[in-house]
Amino acid sequence: MHTTNAVNGANYLTYQGKYKGLLGWILSTDHKRIGLLYLYSIAAMFTTGVLLGLAMKFELLAPGKTIMEAQTYNATFTVHGVIMIFMVVVPGLPAVFGNLMMPIMIGAKDVAFPKLNLLSWWLYVAGVFLVLSALLFGSGTPDTGWTFYAPYSFKSGTNLLPAIFGAFVLGFSSILTGLNFLVTIHRLRCPGMKWTKLPLFIWTLYGTAWIQLLATPVIGITLVLVALERVFGIGIFDPALGGDPVLYQHLFWIYSHPAVYIMILPAMGAISEIIPTFSQKHIFGYKAIIVSTMAIAFVGYLVWGHHMFTAGMSGTAQYYFSLLTFIVAIPSAIKVFNWISTMYKGSINIQTPFYWAVSFIFVFMVGGLSGLVLGALATDIYVHDTAFVVAHFHYIVFGGTGFAFFAAMHYWFPKIFGRMYDKAWANVGWLIFTIGFLALYSPMFYLGMMGMPRRYYDYLEEFHGGNILSTIGSWVLVTGFIIIVVNLIRSARKGEPAEMNPWHSKTLEWTVTSPPPVLNFEKEPVLGEKDGPYNYD
Amino acid sequence: MAEHQHAHVEHPDMYDPESSKIGMWLFIFTELLLFGGLFIVYSVYRYLNPDAFHLAAEELNTFIGAFNTVILLVSSMTIAMSTTALQKGHKKVAIALVVITFIIGIGFLVNKYFEWGIKFSHGIWPGSEQMLNEMSQGEILFFGLYFVMTGLHALHIIVGLIIMVFAIKGVSNGKVNAKRPSLLDNCGLYWHLVDLIWIFLFPLFYLIH
Ligand code: HEM
Ligand SMILES: [Cu+2]
Repeated sequence: MHTTNAVNGANYLTYQGKYKGLLGWILSTDHKRIGLLYLYSIAAMFTTGVLLGLAMKFELLAPGKTIMEAQTYNATFTVHGVIMIFMVVVPGLPAVFGNLMMPIMIGAKDVAFPKLNLLSWWLYVAGVFLVLSALLFGSGTPDTGWTFYAPYSFKSGTNLLPAIFGAFVLGFSSILTGLNFLVTIHRLRCPGMKWTKLPLFIWTLYGTAWIQLLATPVIGITLVLVALERVFGIGIFDPALGGDPVLYQHLFWIYSHPAVYIMILPAMGAISEIIPTFSQKHIFGYKAIIVSTMAIAFVGYLVWGHHMFTAGMSGTAQYYFSLLTFIVAIPSAIKVFNWISTMYKGSINIQTPFYWAVSFIFVFMVGGLSGLVLGALATDIYVHDTAFVVAHFHYIVFGGTGFAFFAAMHYWFPKIFGRMYDKAWANVGWLIFTIGFLALYSPMFYLGMMGMPRRYYDYLEEFHGGNILSTIGSWVLVTGFIIIVVNLIRSARKGEPAEMNPWHSKTLEWTVTSPPPVLNFEKEPVLGEKDGPYNYD
Repeated sequence: MAEHQHAHVEHPDMYDPESSKIGMWLFIFTELLLFGGLFIVYSVYRYLNPDAFHLAAEELNTFIGAFNTVILLVSSMTIAMSTTALQKGHKKVAIALVVITFIIGIGFLVNKYFEWGIKFSHGIWPGSEQMLNEMSQGEILFFGLYFVMTGLHALHIIVGLIIMVFAIKGVSNGKVNAKRPSLLDNCGLYWHLVDLIWIFLFPLFYLIH
């Protein structure tokens, strides 16, 4: 057994395997290293997306042309959307923290298919390069919006094929990650890790994986059809040939609505780990959270039509989709109640992850309530395709997934890097970021209600005030972002060494050294009757 | 223990046939959903253009379609027999049966080549002058779907054939054996999927009039 001996004492960051240096990372099948690869690539894409967002906000600082032409603006919001959705928030938490933590949290040595896991990351990178190649080569940056709506997506003269193909490859990466996680959670739980003892983050990854598996192929085939439409003119979405562009919208949203839950469920899972830890209390309503997770995953399939209230649907279909949309709100609300009840009478330890978690709950609630405005037929007709929608989905995807990501980042940071971050700077970063976020997106609710359309690079003078506030908000937010990132990068190298379990958590990843050893556990953990992820008494 | 010593430490030998099987089933699920999207499109357009779909379907050669259906069914049988043979330890038989399946798969593609070739020679291909000028919108949709769906299916046949090459290699050098049959088993599962999809495509395009 000499191989294992050589590894004893080495952690996954310093371990020297078959390959040295960079190759030891990009060819590693260790789930933790793959998780870090995802972290770095996603962070790079997020930064790119933020810069594009800043550029858009700068353009919107004043009416008329400020820094870019209309066509550039169209390209900018398209690339911003494609990057943020397909490369940042969809893979976000599952690919980063799922990979880094999930096997350890269920007491496994690795995921079920380590090589497939590495392949998923390579596919992710390939997808990123394909999409980016659409910017640099060919006849102009795609300008359809991230939704690739037909018929414009096959009429537009811009270089759409590589972008579509890239999105397809990214989808494939997502499917393979989901498949890997499903099998891992089914087969590799350690002895005693019953389904009713599974940490809630794992439960949400499980629900997410099902959605990844069942929804992504539909967008895959839809994108293939659009590509074939561009190349051969097969007619399927082309009204001139008898095809139906509204059918495209149906197929697109059959994926993309459930995809919203791919983004938000793991975020909720991370919050469900953080709240009990910093309240030092058993999570309130463990089973209710599981049931609501699976309910969201299921009902989420049936509501895609709420994106198409104005696209020409029958009245019956509209009622149906509106009603079901309201029904999905219920399980989400259940979760909010559970988190708040968990904090009630807890002995709360206020730390950076907890700040992020609480602000998550707040922005998620605002996003969710504004979602009801969009889910209700009458009001949606009024605010459809206005800045209100932009505010709503940034509150949900950025405020939800983004805040949860930062919460998780600060929560698991000591475990991942074996060092502590500077808490004061982390809190300052959080505060500035949150203020910026509120200033950036809140005015958009108002602007949208007043009638400012989205995806326009120009607006009427009467919208000027709100837009100034919003643009300044984007600068504040970025200031916070820089503070956070600099703090984390510096601390990962020079921070105080972290203890094994700085937050006194009960889940398994905190029972191993920080950073974890190569094979996760010196000997396989076994959960006794009394052990559980949230047993704090 | 000897086997364990060589296991590369980063991914300890975790062979679990059950995991491989679940993984393959889940993957098959996604493939079905991929085609599911196309089946939705097909049913919508058939519902909207019943007459045109009827007319266009008459153009297809039912004989070639039926022939391909039969040989594909046979190939499903041969690959199933090969997994059984491997379980019983009959390595040579197992290899021979995969090879037969492979040949039948090639035969399917050859037929498809002739079938599509005839269509092309009649000026029918996606976006061709003939289609755009002389066909009704419903017929264009029918042929659009015909080429996309049978084309995607043919692509899956090719993927199946590639997996078979690996399976044959694995069985002959002994890495795939009665104790570790996953690769061959999964190859078989995948081939059944390809077969199953064809079983749906055949009546949709060739038989319903
Ligand atoms: C500093 C951060 C950000 C800024 C300043 C920003 C700003 C913007 C702006 C100005 C638009 C264009 C709205 C329009 O003209 O209709 C937009 C669109 C969009 N943003 Fe962001 N955003 C940021 C972060 C994010 C994040 C984190 C996500 C995803 C989690 C995201 C996802 C999207 C999407 C999907 C669109 C839609 C593109 C479209 O369909 O037109 N954004 N953003
Ligand atoms: Cu939706």
